[in-house]
Amino acid sequence: MERSEARREGPVLECRQLSKIYGAVRALDQVDLAVQRGRIVGLLGPNGSGKTTLIKTAAGLLTPSAGEMLVCGRQPGAATKGLVSYLPERTYLSDWMRVEDILCLFRDFYSDFDLQKAEEMLFRLDIHRMDRLRTMSKGTREKVQLILVMSRRAELYLLDEPIGGVDPAAREFILGTIIGNYSEDAAVVISTHLIRDVEQVLDDVIFLAYGHVGLSAPVEELREEKGKSIDELFREMYRC
Amino acid sequence: MTWNLAGDRPIWLQLTEQIQLRILTGEYQAGERLPSVRELAAQAAVNPNTMQKALTELERSGLLYAQRTSGRFITQDGERIREMRCRMAQGETRQFLARMEELGFSAGEILELVRRQVEAEEGKAEEDSDDGTE
Repeated sequence: MERSEARREGPVLECRQLSKIYGAVRALDQVDLAVQRGRIVGLLGPNGSGKTTLIKTAAGLLTPSAGEMLVCGRQPGAATKGLVSYLPERTYLSDWMRVEDILCLFRDFYSDFDLQKAEEMLFRLDIHRMDRLRTMSKGTREKVQLILVMSRRAELYLLDEPIGGVDPAAREFILGTIIGNYSEDAAVVISTHLIRDVEQVLDDVIFLAYGHVGLSAPVEELREEKGKSIDELFREMYRC
Repeated sequence: MTWNLAGDRPIWLQLTEQIQLRILTGEYQAGERLPSVRELAAQAAVNPNTMQKALTELERSGLLYAQRTSGRFITQDGERIREMRCRMAQGETRQFLARMEELGFSAGEILELVRRQVEAEEGKAEEDSDDGTE
């Protein structure tokens, strides 16, 4: 895919007065935000705060009710699918699939998929081409999917709860894999409520609650200004 | 050696200390090439910019030096590494003394305790071969 210079200017992800309404529920309510190139951004918020809705909209799976969402300056759709590498909260891969099937699927679907890179990472984890997803532990399955998503040379990585439900060792592997593999001028958005675990890998944080952006700032700045960890800050802001 | 990072102090500062420790203990040898920022960040599961800040700090203190095309290296100045190791040992000793004084021990008693402890450990390690500490 050609990557024109024009596309490299401006934010990778931008929301302008973005709203998503389900019946009486405002999942996103006039959200304004921008994610710049080269940044690892934490999309943090309690359950039901709109994290997944925001990510799905950026991935082109949901359409805004009002306002605008832009990925590299374009509305999410067929044109942005090749720019965005998306790790959904729940898998879309079937149990019966072998590692080999999944590798082929990614190679066929995404021209920016680096097959060799994926194979190397899987090999290091002692995962074989003929292994079936069904026979893997939950943690291993999560690792496999993350490896696939991070083996693409995308402009924007959208990772929805990549460390939910895995043990601490797997968490470290997953975070290490994200850092070791994202393209340098791409942006990474990680949604999670496990703030303590991701805090040290983030450049910026966006706090989301009830569909609103509560806070959006560089992590170092927040820590210095408030003298607290992001985890503490979050607990204070969203105390029930 | 694994990376241990606590939440209550700046991460870059902790990274600086831990890399420094690796240099002083010889895990990273004088003159050796350091892994890339990205690689180190991935190992420690920290943000690459944070790792960059830690390395810049170590460059400023002279323990690392950058070569424009081939990366970052540990200083070749063995004297400087030894000097820093001594300074670190002095700091540790000072802290130990302060704690022992808090517990109410006199200088003579502390020396005696240390001597006895060292002898006990040597007795325990008698059968082990001497692995050549300087």
